[in-house]
Amino acid sequence: MILDRIWVSGPEARLLPAEGLHGPTVAVMAVMNFVMIVVAAAALALANAAGIVVSGTESRYVIELPAASAGELPKAVAAARSVAGVRGVTAVPQSEMRETLERWLGEAANSPELPIPAMATVELAPGANPRTVAGAVQAKVPGARFNGESLELKPLLSSLRALQWLALALVLLMGIATAAAIVLAARGVLDTHRSTVGIMHGIGATDGQITRLFERKIAIDAIAGAIAASIAAAVVLLAIAGGASAASEGLGWTTAFGPASLLVLVAIPVLAVIIAVAVAHFTLLRALRSNL
Amino acid sequence: MRYGTGAEVLRDLDFTLSRGGFYFLTGASGAGKTSLLKLLYLAQRPTRGRIRLFGQDLSDAERDSLPHFRRRIGVVFQDFRLIRHLSAFDNVALPLRIAGRDEGEIHSAVREMLEWVGLGDRSGARPATLSGGEQQRVAIARAVITQPDLLVADEPTGNVDAEMAKRLLHLFDALNGLGTTVVVATHDLGLLAANSGAEIMRLDSGALVDPTGLLRNPPRMDRREARP
Repeated sequence: MILDRIWVSGPEARLLPAEGLHGPTVAVMAVMNFVMIVVAAAALALANAAGIVVSGTESRYVIELPAASAGELPKAVAAARSVAGVRGVTAVPQSEMRETLERWLGEAANSPELPIPAMATVELAPGANPRTVAGAVQAKVPGARFNGESLELKPLLSSLRALQWLALALVLLMGIATAAAIVLAARGVLDTHRSTVGIMHGIGATDGQITRLFERKIAIDAIAGAIAASIAAAVVLLAIAGGASAASEGLGWTTAFGPASLLVLVAIPVLAVIIAVAVAHFTLLRALRSNL
Repeated sequence: MRYGTGAEVLRDLDFTLSRGGFYFLTGASGAGKTSLLKLLYLAQRPTRGRIRLFGQDLSDAERDSLPHFRRRIGVVFQDFRLIRHLSAFDNVALPLRIAGRDEGEIHSAVREMLEWVGLGDRSGARPATLSGGEQQRVAIARAVITQPDLLVADEPTGNVDAEMAKRLLHLFDALNGLGTTVVVATHDLGLLAANSGAEIMRLDSGALVDPTGLLRNPPRMDRREARP
């Protein structure tokens, strides 16, 4: 569709003066596309991170026993292990708990008077019912709590999702701003070439023929802007991704985009060009209709 | 007809142009010649009254249908209205390209036409590099290249010498001989004298003076058949 609008014969192409790719439309398209791609990439990175966090915690649960019943941890661990679908149960050693608390409490963390709760991590197989495990543990140790790790991360995940929606809203707003800029560019180019339009109308050119000429000009500008933005965004994102992957290497997860995410990023400039050409088409037709 | 809320520039016009006729439109400056031509080449709609062209009432015709009728009309504008970034060749070729003619056909027709108006060697020149007279000849070549059914010319000889004016009039006459109805707005008395067979329409303060009554009741003779 776009190629059809770009390709015209040599004589047709000459009807508008060749001005090169230095108009404001190229710059506007480049800036808007760059921001949209980068913001969308940030949103996808957040979604990726949220997905990694969720997948890493959705099967992990924690048995917590208050300090008073900490001695009953082996019973709770045995009860959990007896349930089908439990892949593994690991008691967290008291020394490890005190080591963790030491960061906040200092030497006081090693005081025997400090009540330390008992904990064990539980890894469930996919499809296992956490309520069954909780019931089995609580039957043996009534004061035990059985919580999913993802529950602890719920506020963080909510924030990540809010940021994703914000990024999506920003991409949409940038899209609307791009369309508005194209409307202004289309009206501007029509005003610049008003005399040519008048002559062509007078000679019998249809609105469609005139629109096609200007549409072609805007399509070329939009494509040039989109290509420039894509190259710039790719360089920036690759640089950021390089740093991020080095940082995340030790964490055991990756920040690389999957094929679906890459497809979304590639689709943004393509969609922007399609929207620009469509908006230009309707703006030009509407503007031309104001003349006889 | 009036522009916006201004005074009426044309009023009480009632005339018929016979097919294949040759008309001179005269009158003092401001009499409404250009406005009448604009009605004829469909650049304006009448604010009241009706206009029939090519057998159809176009007074309030659908806007989308107008290009089809405009392609049957050749217009020589007083200010030439050439596209400044196009060569003389491309300006003359414009109506043919708009009509979707084959590029090979366009090439030979435009070359021939430019030769005819004496601009064969200036086909690649842009309007800015042409003299007023040359620009006028390009404008005329553009108007007649499609052999239109109606040719409307606003002061077509205003910028050319007497010899070229004679040649252009000869061109109009030849075109008229092929069946084109020609309407030429002019102050040029020499032009009027050179074509004694043409009807003369005189506008006075927006009204048509038709002392002979020929415009209201044109002869039914088919001029193409009447010519040798």
